[in-house]
Amino acid sequence: MLDRERVIRRMEAVLGPEGVISEREKLRTYECDGLASYRVIPSLVVLPETAEQVQRVVRICNEEGVPFVARGSGTGLSGGALPVEEGVLIVMSRMRRILEVDIPNQRVVVEPGVINLWVTEEVADAGYYYAPDPSSQLVCSIGGNVAENSGGAHCLKYGFTTNHVTGLEVVLPDGQMVHLGGKAPDTPGYDLVGAFVGSEGTLGIATKITLRIVRKPEAVRTLLAAFNSPDEAGGAVSGIIAAGIVPAAVEMMDSLSIEAVERGVRPGYPKGAGAILIVELDGPEAEVEHQFEQVERICRENDSFEIRIAQNDEERALMWKGRKAAFAAMGHMSPDYYVQDSVIPRTALPEVLRRMAELSAEYGLRVANVFHAGDGNLHPLVLYDEEKEGEAERAEELAGEILTLCLEHGGSITGEHGVGEDKKKHMPKMFTEDDLNVMQLLRCAFDPHYLCNPGKVFPTPRLCGEVPGPRRELHPVQKAGLAEIF
Amino acid sequence: MQRTLSPEDFRQVVGGEHVREAVPDDAVDGVVPSIVVEPGSVEEVSEVLKLASGAGLKVAPRGSGTKMELGNPPAGLDVILSTRRLNRIIEHAAGDLVAGVQAGVRLEDLQEELSGANQMLALDPPEAEGTVGGIVAADASGPRRLRYGTARDLLIGITVVLADGTVARAGGKVVKNVAGYDLSKLFTRSLGTLGVIVETIWRLHPVPFASGTVAAELEDAASAGAAVQSILHSSLVPGALELRWRGGRGRLAVLIEGVKPGVEAQSRAARELLGEHGEARILDESEEDELWSELLPMPWESGGIGLKIAGVPAGLPDVLESVERITGRYGFEPEISGHAGTGVTFVGLSGGDEDSRAAAIGELRRGVEERGGSLVLVQAPAELKRRVEVWGSTGDALQLMRRVKERFDPGYILNPGRFVGGI
Repeated sequence: MLDRERVIRRMEAVLGPEGVISEREKLRTYECDGLASYRVIPSLVVLPETAEQVQRVVRICNEEGVPFVARGSGTGLSGGALPVEEGVLIVMSRMRRILEVDIPNQRVVVEPGVINLWVTEEVADAGYYYAPDPSSQLVCSIGGNVAENSGGAHCLKYGFTTNHVTGLEVVLPDGQMVHLGGKAPDTPGYDLVGAFVGSEGTLGIATKITLRIVRKPEAVRTLLAAFNSPDEAGGAVSGIIAAGIVPAAVEMMDSLSIEAVERGVRPGYPKGAGAILIVELDGPEAEVEHQFEQVERICRENDSFEIRIAQNDEERALMWKGRKAAFAAMGHMSPDYYVQDSVIPRTALPEVLRRMAELSAEYGLRVANVFHAGDGNLHPLVLYDEEKEGEAERAEELAGEILTLCLEHGGSITGEHGVGEDKKKHMPKMFTEDDLNVMQLLRCAFDPHYLCNPGKVFPTPRLCGEVPGPRRELHPVQKAGLAEIF
Repeated sequence: MQRTLSPEDFRQVVGGEHVREAVPDDAVDGVVPSIVVEPGSVEEVSEVLKLASGAGLKVAPRGSGTKMELGNPPAGLDVILSTRRLNRIIEHAAGDLVAGVQAGVRLEDLQEELSGANQMLALDPPEAEGTVGGIVAADASGPRRLRYGTARDLLIGITVVLADGTVARAGGKVVKNVAGYDLSKLFTRSLGTLGVIVETIWRLHPVPFASGTVAAELEDAASAGAAVQSILHSSLVPGALELRWRGGRGRLAVLIEGVKPGVEAQSRAARELLGEHGEARILDESEEDELWSELLPMPWESGGIGLKIAGVPAGLPDVLESVERITGRYGFEPEISGHAGTGVTFVGLSGGDEDSRAAAIGELRRGVEERGGSLVLVQAPAELKRRVEVWGSTGDALQLMRRVKERFDPGYILNPGRFVGGI
């Protein structure tokens, strides 16, 4: 049993009273992350300011047998930072120092609470930026990006968080601290940086992160092309890829999404479009000029009825504004919506969209589509009204069908939002039991006592069997019949 | 206890013609295995491993065998599990820029297939005859890693067979995918110690339309460092930045790839930047071929000693100077090459006695590690490897790495002893 008072006393001894939140009303602030449909009030919230404090907090959790969850800015969309009821929520937002900027070696070392966009701001004067740009980059933290392996609109060309993290300082679930990778490449031994990034907070807590920064491109060109249908827009994307062009970004929005943003931030997209594409190329001037002309031609060949070319940064920003505001704008279309994050091989797009339209008609629910067309990452938004009897359930069911549809085409249940709490039930549709068990071997190596963000990612959590160290009483998860010994 | 197996047991699984007695050429660092088994399917790999681990036999996976010298001498070796027959290209989805291939496919064969669609796997290790499985396990890379990254950045899905025969898959055939742990990265660079890689799925890139090379002659280490920095911090996007170095001077080559007008403009810009630091010029086609065939091979002879130093790019002058100073003190004249844009330097040493080799490498490694880098003894006679640890320090992460190993291969069946810290 958790001796809450004792844990509070011990945490306060490490963090001071201002670093520990225990009143129920204040705890409520932390009951969910960006996915508000899951809510759990944690037993306790702690706010460490240093890596050493994180280490001491985790050690206390171990000694007391209390599960813990780390949280950054709480913008995640899969419930990955959902607290555990009888557990401690470790909020990393006070660790927000940029520790080192090393331009000659193209590295920046940060604490996990540092906001994504700050990194770019810090190195912009030197002509650099940090490439992964999730839509939430104004508020999301690097630590959270590491946990989720966040992507963004520009990851088609530049890769995801995992391609931009070269080193980590990690407090392991038992309180030990390890240093993985560094500024230099090819550190001998297993690539545990690669294994850790994207592990959704289940393998430990990163307390220091070494990032790779990228030189700002000499030229950036952006165009917006309007089409009568998503099929034609999809044809243009295929044409661009077949021409050997790797754009920095290719984004597609369908008519429902366009309507939503026109009611919201009003980017003034072409009227009557069944789909629009935003295509951005960047790189050396001569290279970009040459390929940009090709992209324009390919869009016309695929029956684009209007092409706009951004003449300056302002116009570019306006094109992107609509796209980046798409989720939020759904509020103008429907009281509630359910975001999906599935991925398909890009070439399956026309077929998947047709089938999705059929499903939408069958369920009598509208589905808006906003997606990263270059890499096949769909964000179908299922619109519904919570007030209407049974509609929320139907929306979730439809979202599930969409996932299955994507998997049938060789896709994935999540491209960037993570599995977290929300999608773990879908994992067996994508992976066999053996696949999932082997993944959990890694978790057992990092977290044999199953205390670190328990219950996330895997549908059937497994305890890890014999481990060296002091004998413990039955695990709370096991007591509750929620997990079996591996 | 453990049952003794005979080759007959393996023949029943993979067919008589796919099991043979090992010959001296199959030895790894002088340790001769008993048999070589060549399974023809994922299921057969699984059965072979079940048999071997049930009997406590030690297994070394092998592709083309180009990296069998990498790592410490094995702590035990009974079976070579060859992936040669797993040589099928499963799928090339050109429109998706993705290919799925079995582990035993040779890189050059894969590239040949992909080139039909003007696509490539953006990996260019010096040994093109290596298999994709071997390249993943050894994390082999080449000059173009500057632009495209290494195997970890391109591998999007993997199927592995664990020592107990369990077949598991992670990732998938879409580029963007965060479902489940990224076992592709865990298995990359694991040197076959966690499981046998049987299938891989790759992100592909279009073959560049045109290329050009700019070369500069550099007269001292400081100029080399400055030249590299000038390219790295420019708005050029080079495909590779390669150095060849000997006796305090050398040549830097910048590979530019893209569309023709882009290559021309970038080449001119590169020449201008490099011209500040040494004599620089844009090469014509025949010079280009000659230069790259000089630059690409590792700077050591077969049977010689090869070191890989990984550090930060700005540390280049220091690495060049200290390699020449320290090894020079022990009587060596090092041959040096490197992926200068990513901080990877290769050093070839020849001659010298065992003592001076061990001392020089030890001293060099201390300096490199103090600066946060690593020094790996990638090629050396087994006797030297018994004196000088191949991988160097793994800092405070070794215990965790052992725990990972023990979960995946608790019996230390796979490539025992060859990896870091004797894993």
